[in-house]
Amino acid sequence: MQHLDAAYNLARWLTRDPSDADDVVQEAYMRAFRFSDGFHGGDSRSWILKIVRNTCFTWLKKNRSHELVYELEEDQHEAPTSNPEELLLERADRKILKDLLNDLPAAYKEIIVLRDLEGLSYKEISSVTELPIGTVMSRLARARKKLQSGAIRTPAGGTI
Amino acid sequence: MNCDSAKPFLDSYADGELDLVNHVKVEEHLEACFNCDVYYKDLKLFKNTLAEDRSLYFHAPDHLRRSIRSSLRESSSEPSKNRFLFWRWTPVFAALGIAFITLLAIFTLVRPANNTDDLIAKEMVSAHIRSMMVGDPHLMDVPSTDQHTVKPWFEGKLDFSPLVVDLGQQGFVLVGGRLDYVGGRAVAAMVYKRRQHVINLFTYPETTTAAGETLSKQGFNIVHWNKGGMTFWAVSDLNAGELLQFSELLKNS
Repeated sequence: MQHLDAAYNLARWLTRDPSDADDVVQEAYMRAFRFSDGFHGGDSRSWILKIVRNTCFTWLKKNRSHELVYELEEDQHEAPTSNPEELLLERADRKILKDLLNDLPAAYKEIIVLRDLEGLSYKEISSVTELPIGTVMSRLARARKKLQSGAIRTPAGGTI
Repeated sequence: MNCDSAKPFLDSYADGELDLVNHVKVEEHLEACFNCDVYYKDLKLFKNTLAEDRSLYFHAPDHLRRSIRSSLRESSSEPSKNRFLFWRWTPVFAALGIAFITLLAIFTLVRPANNTDDLIAKEMVSAHIRSMMVGDPHLMDVPSTDQHTVKPWFEGKLDFSPLVVDLGQQGFVLVGGRLDYVGGRAVAAMVYKRRQHVINLFTYPETTTAAGETLSKQGFNIVHWNKGGMTFWAVSDLNAGELLQFSELLKNS
């Protein structure tokens, strides 16, 4: 089955629950199968990820709508740009990367998952999320900044 | 580029997604600016951590794989899913389509070539008939049995020098030449006589038409050949055998 890992990984991060991810991916694959007329060749990974992503957001809207509301507010605020020295010295909650990523709003999380975990290009992310490339770029930068500032750092600049 | 203008580009730069012009600008800035370079290296390190930390990647569990597979099998066995049958036949349809297009191409590419030859042959016959019409003074522009009179006459009238051969000894007497207009171009027409039969030999420099054998149209015989970059059409009411003999003599001259 093609791209099932990619599909599951995205769903798992967005739903934050293994069995919810199962349900979402199952539904997405059935949808993909039913609407395979809509697939006009090209990048099948982007196509299936787009369906998974939409299924996830439908699911989130139904089950965790408060998370999406939070996101909208978050989106309007520019993340403060800290200078490099501050960033290096910054000490956030002693959380590991996994938890930080898990706590990220879905709109940021999906970009990080698609880019840094799945390795999609900006263009592919733009086609999966149906966001303009400019938005993909700025969200990615903001998402990384949030994660980075939360991550535990050693004074030498290494990230644990 | 200063720090403020470089910063928004650092993520795209680290991802290798920046256009060349900005990439070079950011690169130059990073070489010059210690702070931004530290920031960039930190970002790069962070990116690597994300990509390499396999605990961050959730692989699909086997039970999910199995359950999707069985659901797909169930729904594909439903008769309403006929379109997947269609997709399974796609290669066959594609092959049929390609075969059809190929045949069409063969017919459209090959047939017109024949048609063009056919059209020219018809025009040659018409030109021959026109030259023979009673009262038409245009059989010959230069009535002469001397090839050394006929050949120079064409000079300056055509963009090529036609082959003029006297075959009097073989029984084909050169009686003259004229200009004619056939197939959308000026051609040289040499007039020969075999007993009382007039042979029009049309010549022009072109070898695009396929040289055919003897044709017969409206009771006239036609022999068509190419030689030395020139196309020849011999048209006459002479019998095909003798006309062929005439063409052979010219081919060998």
